[in-house]
Amino acid sequence: MVTLRFTPNLQRHVEAPAAQVKAATVYQALEMYFEQNPQVRGYVLDDQGVVRKHVAIFLNQELIHDRVDLSDPIGEDDDIFVAQALSGG
Amino acid sequence: MSDRLLVGTRKGLFRIARDRGGRWHMEQTWFLGDPVSMLLAERGGERIHAALDLGHFGVKMQRSEDGGTTWSEAPAPCFPPKPDGLEDKDPMRGIDIPWSTKLIWALESGDASELWCGVIPGGLFYSGDGGDSWSLIRALWDDPRRKKWMGGGYDFAGIHSIVVDPRDSRHVTVGVSIGGVWTTRDRGAHWALIGAGLRNAYMPPEMAGDPLSQDAHRVVQCPANPERLWMQHHNGIFRSDDGGENWHELIDVPPSSFGFTVVVHPADPNTAWFIPAIKDEKRIPVDGRLVVTRTRDGGKHFDVLQNGLPAEPAYDLVYRHALAIDHNGERLAFGSTTGSLWVSENQGDSWQSISKHLPPVICVRFEQ
Repeated sequence: MVTLRFTPNLQRHVEAPAAQVKAATVYQALEMYFEQNPQVRGYVLDDQGVVRKHVAIFLNQELIHDRVDLSDPIGEDDDIFVAQALSGG
Repeated sequence: MSDRLLVGTRKGLFRIARDRGGRWHMEQTWFLGDPVSMLLAERGGERIHAALDLGHFGVKMQRSEDGGTTWSEAPAPCFPPKPDGLEDKDPMRGIDIPWSTKLIWALESGDASELWCGVIPGGLFYSGDGGDSWSLIRALWDDPRRKKWMGGGYDFAGIHSIVVDPRDSRHVTVGVSIGGVWTTRDRGAHWALIGAGLRNAYMPPEMAGDPLSQDAHRVVQCPANPERLWMQHHNGIFRSDDGGENWHELIDVPPSSFGFTVVVHPADPNTAWFIPAIKDEKRIPVDGRLVVTRTRDGGKHFDVLQNGLPAEPAYDLVYRHALAIDHNGERLAFGSTTGSLWVSENQGDSWQSISKHLPPVICVRFEQ
């Protein structure tokens, strides 16, 4: 099971609880998460289903390699953390 | 007259209310810390829409059904999937136009539960159910001329002005920056590019009158005389007497005809207000004097109004949605990029300073 967690900055806007899902890629993991938590989808992905420009996805504390198709493979006990890039003032 | 005012800012939504003594004060705050790009208080006052620009996490629509006591997230206008292989590039820079809402820039009521929403990058959305669902107006988005729209202050073009004809809600006219003025008479199924007489000074001289490349900063319509439109344009002030088909430029407007905003009196089509700045490359008040200009005769003459506005040098700029008039046409309010807010209870003859310390003001609307 892979664990998904979300930046506390997102919790201010929408409930995004941590969850565990069974998946083979980052894409699958997020899709399964959004099925259970549809309110979170639009905060992470844009209208075309692409990861928002200022959202960063870490897999085991490393930025994922494929931000377009989210094809990075994941294994048992992996950890996905969805963060926000720092910007603005 | 309206005693309550909603103010959308770079960092939150504020309600300003008038007490019995005639003093305006901050009554309530919502969404502190979040940019509020647009708001709409529907007639009757219970339903309020606020568009948030959360940056990292995209644009969101918040809606209250009880006059602001409680809010919940409502669907935001969302683009359909972009067809594979479709080329849709910004003409200025050659980069892909995102099929994704970047900013909610206009929000207006139509008939009954109808809402219209204009966004950057140039989409117009319609809701027939008060914002429970939205659909992109494909006839405008798919018009090949849309691909010639250009960004102005923002990277991509956007629809900032929507006027719904009070005689016939199927007749809707929109202002685009930069993309001219478009009108539909069948609720969006067919569109005409209008705007003869508009003039720009930023394109090659041969294209000065090209309706497609006009940078309307703001377009408003007089409810009592819907044929009368007023426009604050990038290159001046224009008036239309035929619903936007033809425009007449007003020249020698003191102290400047550059600006972003305009409002029209709801019952008197000849009375309109503007807030000028020096010019496009100097977006500050002329001589550091913040003023409001008003015409009462359709633009033949202008009053320069400053009573109650800063006596000291001021460098406030007023965005296109940051000047509002109430439904009686007596009270006006405007907020500035430097976080100041003023109210007038006598059509601009004098102004009260309400705050000098708000976040930069994006949009202002009276509640009805």
